[in-house]
Amino acid sequence: MKLPALNNKSERPAELNRREFFKSGAAVASVTLAPGVTLMAFGGEASANADPGKRWGMLIDVNKCSTDCNACVTACSEENGWKLDGNPETDPQWIRKIDLKHKETGREASLPMMCQHCETPPCVDVCPTGASFKRVDGIVLVDKHICIGCRYCMMACPFKARSFVHEEIEDQKSNAPRGKGTVESCTLCVHRVDAGRVPACVESCSATGNGAMMFGDLNDPNSEIAQALKNYPSMGLRDDLRVNPGVRYTNL
Amino acid sequence: MKRLVTTLLVLIGLSTGAAMAGSTYPDIPKAVGAPHPEGNDYMRLNHMRLLRHDRNLTVHDGDRSIKYSIKECVACHAVMGPDALPISVQEKGHFCRNCHEFAAVKIDCFQCHNSKPEDGFIDLLKQNPPATDDEIQAYLDGMSQ
Ligand code: SF4
Ligand code: SF4
Repeated sequence: MKLPALNNKSERPAELNRREFFKSGAAVASVTLAPGVTLMAFGGEASANADPGKRWGMLIDVNKCSTDCNACVTACSEENGWKLDGNPETDPQWIRKIDLKHKETGREASLPMMCQHCETPPCVDVCPTGASFKRVDGIVLVDKHICIGCRYCMMACPFKARSFVHEEIEDQKSNAPRGKGTVESCTLCVHRVDAGRVPACVESCSATGNGAMMFGDLNDPNSEIAQALKNYPSMGLRDDLRVNPGVRYTNL
Repeated sequence: MKRLVTTLLVLIGLSTGAAMAGSTYPDIPKAVGAPHPEGNDYMRLNHMRLLRHDRNLTVHDGDRSIKYSIKECVACHAVMGPDALPISVQEKGHFCRNCHEFAAVKIDCFQCHNSKPEDGFIDLLKQNPPATDDEIQAYLDGMSQ
């Protein structure tokens, strides 16, 4: 049977339009051969939201981050529905605050730490199933439908940014499905980003007035974040590893 | 021939029996929103394929305008408990659970996904005066945008 090669909705025959049972966006034509047996043809562009021209990133100004502020962590936990259970060995590691003290000078600093959304993510390199992946816009995620919970990625991540869900979970946030037996990490609030919003941590940080976190498209030379990165010195953590994090720090 | 007729009679007997009250055939709660254009028989047979197909579009491509999302399933098919709020799959009578128990098929979805509607939809249901059918439908339509 020859399948029609279709590029967009308007070219689709009426019969397929009526049976638009696969979100047909652009590219999927389907033909039902028998109940439960469906042929699909893929072609043309997908109408996806993740934009390959973008690279989402963050810039964190450590000078503006205060030691006693935890707003980003609280906001993340609220947004994504995770809770610390008081056991540091198994607690979720979506985002945490880290206090640093320079040994020689005694300078103290505090910063939020989360998945750095590496350009060449070691977690993706080691994942045996393809569950760890990087979206075309640079956001690194775990597809929990595929993750087998082997935790290789947790070992590979230089930033201890991932954690394993050890217990059954109920009443998850609809936008942040998470469950026992899979690995999770900061999603850069991908559900918000896809809706044109900024991550919850960044929003809460501005709300405190500290304004230590900036979110934006690193690839767009006119974005606030790209301008800041161009004009002021900043660093990626563990730059020696050359993973080129999407999260960068300044005044560290 | 006689055998065929008997078989047919038995089959008819079974199907009418199944439709009768007191049978083990699952009770299928009415959905809150508009019916599926594909028809219920199609959805019963294919909902898992539709969901699997569209979930990949969302998770990997960030496509949020998909037609079949589990968020929308659990909102539109919400079954209210005694407190007039949606019940979870842990409770008997949940839409998904009813059929899956009958078909003896384990649902894995709710290991990670919430079996109750998202907060915004629950807020709508809690609204006083109660949300109209149109408002509920508008919310459901908005979910796949
Ligand atoms: S910070 Fe860790 S989890 Fe995040 S992309 Fe890099 S290696 Fe992967
Ligand atoms: S735990 Fe999951 S995401 Fe991590 S490496 Fe194993 S399969 Fe991949």
